[in-house]
Amino acid sequence: MRITPLNRKLFRDLLAMKGQAIAIAMVVASGVAVYVMYMATFTSLQRTQQAYYQRQRFADVFASAKRAPLRVVNELAAIPDVSVVEPRVVSTVTLDLPAFEEPASARLVSIPVNRRPLVNDLYLRRGRWIEAGRPDEVIASEGFVLANNLNPGDRVPAVINGRLRHLTIVGVALSPEYVYTIRPGEMVPDDKRYGIFWMDEQALAAAFDMEGGFNDVAIGLAPGVAPDAVIDRVDRILEPYGGLGAIPRALQLSNWTVQNELNQMQTFGVLLPVIFMTVAAFILNVALTRALALQRPQIAALKALGYTNRAIGWHYLKWAFVIGLVGVVIGTAGGASLGSAIIDMYNSFFRFPTLLFGVPLHVVVESLALTFAAAGAGAFTAVRRAVAVPPAEAMRPEAPPRYRRSFLETPLIARQLGTAGRMVIRNIARHPLRAAASVFGIGFAVAILMIGFVFNGAIDRLIVTQFWEAERQDVTISYVEPHSSTAQYALARLPGVMAVEPQRSVAARIRSGYHDRYLAISGVSPTQRFRRIVDREGRAIRMPPAGVVLSLTLANVLEIKPGDMVTLEVLEGHRPVRTLEVTGIVDDIMGLSAYMDISALHEMMHEGNVANGALLLIDSAHEAELASTLKATPAVAGAAFKRAVLQSFRDVMASNMSLSILINLIFAGIIAFGVVYNAARVSLSERSRELASLRVLGFTRAEISLILMGELALLTLVALPVGGVFGWGLAASMVHTIDSEVYRFPIFVTRQAVAMSFLGIIVAACVSGLIVRRKLDQLDLVAVLKIRE
Amino acid sequence: MGEVEVHALRQVNLRLDEGKFVVLLGPSGSGKSTLLNIIGGLDVPTSGDVIYRDTSLTHADEAALTSYRREHVGFVFQFYNLIPSLTAVENVALVTEISESPMDPSEALKLVNLGERQDHFPAQLSGGEQQRVAIARAIAKRPAVLLCDEPTGALDISTGVIVLEALERVNAELGTTTVVITHNAAIASMADRVIRLADGRVVSVEDRTDKVPPRDLSW
Repeated sequence: MRITPLNRKLFRDLLAMKGQAIAIAMVVASGVAVYVMYMATFTSLQRTQQAYYQRQRFADVFASAKRAPLRVVNELAAIPDVSVVEPRVVSTVTLDLPAFEEPASARLVSIPVNRRPLVNDLYLRRGRWIEAGRPDEVIASEGFVLANNLNPGDRVPAVINGRLRHLTIVGVALSPEYVYTIRPGEMVPDDKRYGIFWMDEQALAAAFDMEGGFNDVAIGLAPGVAPDAVIDRVDRILEPYGGLGAIPRALQLSNWTVQNELNQMQTFGVLLPVIFMTVAAFILNVALTRALALQRPQIAALKALGYTNRAIGWHYLKWAFVIGLVGVVIGTAGGASLGSAIIDMYNSFFRFPTLLFGVPLHVVVESLALTFAAAGAGAFTAVRRAVAVPPAEAMRPEAPPRYRRSFLETPLIARQLGTAGRMVIRNIARHPLRAAASVFGIGFAVAILMIGFVFNGAIDRLIVTQFWEAERQDVTISYVEPHSSTAQYALARLPGVMAVEPQRSVAARIRSGYHDRYLAISGVSPTQRFRRIVDREGRAIRMPPAGVVLSLTLANVLEIKPGDMVTLEVLEGHRPVRTLEVTGIVDDIMGLSAYMDISALHEMMHEGNVANGALLLIDSAHEAELASTLKATPAVAGAAFKRAVLQSFRDVMASNMSLSILINLIFAGIIAFGVVYNAARVSLSERSRELASLRVLGFTRAEISLILMGELALLTLVALPVGGVFGWGLAASMVHTIDSEVYRFPIFVTRQAVAMSFLGIIVAACVSGLIVRRKLDQLDLVAVLKIRE
Repeated sequence: MGEVEVHALRQVNLRLDEGKFVVLLGPSGSGKSTLLNIIGGLDVPTSGDVIYRDTSLTHADEAALTSYRREHVGFVFQFYNLIPSLTAVENVALVTEISESPMDPSEALKLVNLGERQDHFPAQLSGGEQQRVAIARAIAKRPAVLLCDEPTGALDISTGVIVLEALERVNAELGTTTVVITHNAAIASMADRVIRLADGRVVSVEDRTDKVPPRDLSW
C-alpha cells in the first residue's frame, strides 16, 4: 500500500507532538478502560447468571410458612401459570466448628434423595448426591467448604432441634438460589461462619417434626409470566399455615444482590466513560487548536496547491482519530485486565459454576464509536476554524493577540500582582474557554479521586453508626422460638455476661395502598440501652408510645409521610391485622425497618413479656467460654459476636475499597496529568518566544518557569474547589444508584477525603508541570532575536 | 566604567569604549550576529577571550551569563519582542523589577517620547512605537551596554529615524555604550566608531568625529 504524502505528514506531525498525543490518548484510554471494564464485566456476569439460572431451573416465586401439609402442594400446582412446585423443609442450625469460638450456622435445605429438585437444582462440584437411608449425609455449599478447608467425607457437628448430630459432607455443590450467600440480618457475607447444607428431605422433616408437611416452597412459572397474580394466590393458600408472604425472584436475596450489582455496573459503565471522554474531547480541542495555528502556513500552501477544504479538514480530523485509536487499543487492554481483576473479586462473593471474563466484540465496537464521537466532537471546531481561513489570509501571520486589563485588576489587586502575575491573569482572561476547559478537566480528576475517598469515609461512618451508635451490644442472640423472660435470666447467668436486654420482633407485611413489603417489626423499649433507633448522623430517636416508626426508605417505598396510616398484617401467632398511625420517620442508613413500642407490640400479639432474642454486654475475657456455651445451647438459633462481624465487614470492605481506590487513583492521575501537561505544552508553544525574550533580558529559568507554571498553578487551584463540588455531585449520584432497600449509603465527605484527593491532583499537576519545565531549558534564545512569529 | 574588550570570531580583536555609539556593519553572514551573541552573553566563543570590565566571560556558565545580561546588558531586538499581554509601562517594569537601581518606567518611556502612550498594549502601538518601548525597556535598568540588533530592520525610513533618535538621545544623556548591528550603511554616519565585518573578520575600524544626526541620514 502506498502511503500518501498527506498521511506521511500526518504521522510525522503526530510524532512531533507525541507528548501531547500520548497524554490525550491516555485520557481516551482511561475512558475506554472504564467502559470495557464495566461493560465486559457486566456482560460476563449477566450471561453467566442467565445461563446458570436456566440450566439449574432457578425458581420464579419463593414462599415460606410455619408448617403446611403436603396436600397443599396440589393446590399450589393448580394455580394458573404455575409449572412446577417444589416443597421443602428449611431451617437454620448452629454448627459446632472447632476452629471457631463463636458459633457458626448453617441453613439446612431439604432435597429429594432419588431425583434432582424440579427447581433450584444443585450444581454438584465434587463428591456425590446423598443416598437413601443415610439421614446424616449432606451436600455442602462450596463457599463454606472452601472457607473452612473441608472435604467430602468430613463430619460437621450440628445442633439440630436441640440434639447434637454429626453431619457427613458427601458432596460440594452450588445453587442458583445461593449465588450470594449471606446470613440474614448481616451486611457482608462470611463464608466461614455461614453455609448451606442440602439434606435428605425425610431426615430433615423428621428432625423438625415436619413429616407430611413443608415450611418452604419454590415455584417455577410458565415462561414469560409475571409473578404478581401467582404471588397473591400463593399468599392466600398459605395464609392458614402461617405463610410468611411469597416473593418474586426479583426480591430473592441472592438474585437481588447480583441484579443490583449488574445495575450499578451498567450505570457506572455509562456515566464514567462519558465524563472521561468529555475531558478528552476538551483537551483534544485545545491541543488541536494550537497545533493547527502553527500549521497555518502549511494549510495555506495545501490550499494553494489545490487541496479542497474537505481533504484538508479530513486530514486534520484524522489526527484526532489516530490519537483516539491509540487510546482504544491501550484502553481495551487496560480495561480487560481491570475487568478480570473485578471478576476475580466477584468470584470470591458470587458462586457460579464458572464465571469467566471475556471482552465481547460489541463492547470494543461501542467503545470505538464512543471514542470517535468524542474525538470528532473535540476536533471539529478546531479543524473547521483552521480550514475556513482563505488561503491568502492564511499566508499572512495571524493578527497579533489583543490583550486587555482583566476585570480582576482593580488598582489594589494590580499592585499586589506584579508583572508576572499580570501576565498570568491576562493570559487566562484571553482564553476563558480554554481556561474553563482545563478547570473542568482537572476538576473531574479531583472528583474521580474524591469518590474513592468519600466511599471509604462513608464506610467508616457506616461502621460507627451501625456498630457503635445503633448497636451497642457485644453479642446478638436469636432464639429458635419466642421465650418468656425466664430465658433472659438464664442468659444472664452464662459466663462473662454482664447485662442482657431482651429483643422482640415479629414478621409482618406492612401495607399502604398498593405498596407492601415483608419485614420484621422490632419492639423498642423506652429503657432500652443497647439497640437504639438512630438516624444517619448517629442521633438517637425517641420511640413514641403509640403507632409505628418507619425508616425513610420504607416510607418512600410505601409513599407515606408522618401521620399517615399503614396496615400491619402480622405473620406470626394469631396473625393480627392492625391499622396504625406512622408516628415517626427516621432517616437512617439501613434499608427497610419498622419499630413499635415494646408494650404496644406485646399487646398487639396478646402476649406477655416474650422475647425472640437478646442482646448481651459481655466481659471480653470470657468471650471464648461464652461462645462455646452458646454453641451447645439448643434454644439459641444464632449468636453474632460484634467483634467477629465487624472483622469480616472490615476485611470485605478493605479488599473491595483498596481495589477501587487504586483504580480511581490511576484514572484521576491520568486525567490530571493529561490536562495539565496538555495545557502546559500549549502555553509553552504559544509563549516560547515571549519566555525566550525574557531569558535574553536577563530573567532566570526559575523566573520564567514561574510565569508559565503560575498559570497552571492558578488553574489547578481554581479547579480544586470546583472538583470538590463535582466530586460531591458524582458521589451523590452514585450513592443514589447504590441506595437500596437493604441499606443506604451515607455521603460523608471528610476533610481527609478532600485533602487526600486535592493532594493527589496537586502531585499529578506538579509532575506534569516539571516535565514541561524541562522543555523550558531547551528554549533557543538566539532564535527569538531573529524570527518573527 | 572600564573597557569592553572582545576577541571574537576569526582573529577578531575588538574593543568597545565606554559611552561610545558603535555601529557594527556587515552584510548577512558576515558574523555580526554571532559577535552580538557573544557580546550580549548569549553565547561563548569556542576559543579566545571575552572580557567585560575586569571579568572574563570566556568560561562563564549559564547562571553567570544570565546575571551578566540581567545586570549589565540591555537588548533591543529587530522584532521588538514585547510581551503582548503587558502594556508599554508594564513591559518596562518587567525589567526594572529585577534591576538594582533602575529608572522609573515612566521616565524611561518619556526618554523615548512615549510618556503619553504608556498604558497602551503592544497591539495598540505602531512598529516604531513598539521599538521605542523596547528601547525604553532596555535602558530602564541603566545598563552599561545597549545592544541593538537591526533595530530599524522592520521599520520604514521615517519611523526608523525616530527610533534612531531615541537611541542617540539615550547614548548622549545616559552615556550608555551603544552597539547597533545593521547591514544598513547609512546608519554608520551617526556612530562614533564604525566596525565593518565581512566573512567573520573585521575588515575596517573607523573612528568618526563628524557624527550626523539621525534626521539627516539618508538611505
